[in-house]
Amino acid sequence: MKKLLIALAATAATLSFAAAAQAQEKLKACWVYVGPIGDFGYSYQHDQGRLAVEKQFGDKVETAYLENVAEGPDAERAFERLARQGCKIIFGTSFGFMDAEVKVAAKFPDIKFEHATGYKMGDNLGIYNARFYEGRYVIGQIAAKQSKAGVAGYIVSFPIPEVVMGINAFMLGAQSVNPDFKVKIVWVNSWFDPGKEADAAKALFDQGADIIVQHTDSTAPLQVAQERGLHGFGQASDMITFAPKSQYTAIVDDWGPYYIERIGEVLAGTWKPEDRWEGIKEGAVHMAPYTNLPDDVAAKAKETEAKIAGGWNPFTGPVAKQDGSEWLKDGEVADDKTLLGMNFYIKGVDDKLPQ
Amino acid sequence: MDITVNILMTIATAATPLLIAAIGELVVERSGVLNLGVEGMMVMGTIGGFGAAYLTGNPWIGLFAGIALGALFSLLFAVMTLSLATNQVATGLSLTILGLGLSGMMGTNFVGLPGERLPNLYIPVLTDIPVIGRLLFGQDPIFYLSIVLVIAVAWFLFRTRTGLTLRSIGDSHTSAHALGIQVIRYRYLAVIFGGACAGLAGAHLSLVYTPQWVENMTAGRGWIALALVVFASWRPLRVLAGAYIFGAVWIGQLHAQAFGIPVPSQFLSSLPYLATIVVLVLISRNKRLTMMNTPASLGQPFVPDR
Repeated sequence: MKKLLIALAATAATLSFAAAAQAQEKLKACWVYVGPIGDFGYSYQHDQGRLAVEKQFGDKVETAYLENVAEGPDAERAFERLARQGCKIIFGTSFGFMDAEVKVAAKFPDIKFEHATGYKMGDNLGIYNARFYEGRYVIGQIAAKQSKAGVAGYIVSFPIPEVVMGINAFMLGAQSVNPDFKVKIVWVNSWFDPGKEADAAKALFDQGADIIVQHTDSTAPLQVAQERGLHGFGQASDMITFAPKSQYTAIVDDWGPYYIERIGEVLAGTWKPEDRWEGIKEGAVHMAPYTNLPDDVAAKAKETEAKIAGGWNPFTGPVAKQDGSEWLKDGEVADDKTLLGMNFYIKGVDDKLPQ
Repeated sequence: MDITVNILMTIATAATPLLIAAIGELVVERSGVLNLGVEGMMVMGTIGGFGAAYLTGNPWIGLFAGIALGALFSLLFAVMTLSLATNQVATGLSLTILGLGLSGMMGTNFVGLPGERLPNLYIPVLTDIPVIGRLLFGQDPIFYLSIVLVIAVAWFLFRTRTGLTLRSIGDSHTSAHALGIQVIRYRYLAVIFGGACAGLAGAHLSLVYTPQWVENMTAGRGWIALALVVFASWRPLRVLAGAYIFGAVWIGQLHAQAFGIPVPSQFLSSLPYLATIVVLVLISRNKRLTMMNTPASLGQPFVPDR
């Protein structure tokens, strides 16, 4: 028995050595996802980006990923594991990985790190994000045009700047059509739990909302909308197959071009930590086809989309904060730093922001 | 009035999977076996239910596939812990991990496809009665099954001879063995029953609750079911109460948020857990009774001496 074990161990060692030798020729790029790649939402889209990288670079790049990594202390182990496994560039794709990634990046100065949706940078740690809020402004306009009740239900995960920014952009869009538009907000304290999201959608519809918006990752809220004959918007992916009669459009993330560009830079040796934040203009965010909408509303949405692609920022003054105090003067445009750290609501949001 | 009915029906939908998984685990634990793999068996039921319903277009076939897959998966646990006498805690945990991974792999091709939904019951006239019609005669079929299951399990455990035997095995497998009872056979059946229930609970998720397949869609419900069994001190009707308190407080807090009640949402989200524990601890506060209900040989491996 002992002999057999030794033989096995020796074989394993040879195999892993062989694997390591082979890995040196290829660039190993790795990803850490907060949800399962099969969520058909946020993590799914990042993984589509990873697959685009594989397709683009073929034999030159090898990829690996860890899915379902919990935010917090667990994440640190995940990053460290990838770093020790020979990854040369590691993408952390969720806000909650920030501190873990900062720590691990400091430990492994030769490895390149990128963190999505956060704000902490380092010598070998870049940040990237997509301007989802641009899409949220567009759906805000659609919601205000289409809602008979003048009330939308908004399902949200955690009170982080990304989410707060989304709510505010949505409301700015809605208010540009109907200044009295109301939003009911429910926090489910989870990025991904179809059951909880469905329950929240039902509660919001029961309380009079007739349009559902979500900043969580599953298709469940749209399915509830479809069952009730009401409407909503897809999140991260085009979710039309789940709600052919209910989805107006979806804010689709497209990470592929960014990942290809950055990994290309690593291969060329020109990678530097950067702060990249791209939106509709660059194609990092795009709107799924407008469906179930009257022509004029769809046309207006396309017009807004074009305006944003032309460089207009939805966070352009005058905008007041929730308590009525002035935030942006007439014509003043919010700077990225304020947006990325956003921890306040704008006027007209009837909810207390959890702190 | 309509909104009240809607809320009550939402609560029933939220409580049903917890209830079914917990009632199955209750029988397993009453036989003296601790199966921490509920989450894993449940998620197998979810993928089994979705997959079979999608491929055949018939959600009823999905329902049976979910039950069968859950039971089959629990058989793995039974062979390991009962025939090979492995550590139940470790085996149960690995069952969960294996189930989550395996279901994700099996489901790769089902991601992004809308599923088949089990239709709600509809009896002409009866379902159309205002208010109580939909509550009593308009729910999904698994809801009715869950209520029948609770009553049947309560009756079986406390009103039948076989139930008594099962409980005696849970209390002292050595004594039961000495009396000539086939401990291992009983436990096999209990574990498989628990697996079938977990599979059914999982199938409820992908056939009723949210008709779709995504990895990890059980999202910890198996663990809540496990906790319910303990806090309900192994009593079927208390499991029923616990599942519905959990569901009611969960849905209630969502409505409180939508209504705009100025209480921190983090607190509201933790409320279902707090409320369920507090209530169940209060009704189980008689220490002697609780001791009596706790299966004394829970989690201990049994190897019959030959």
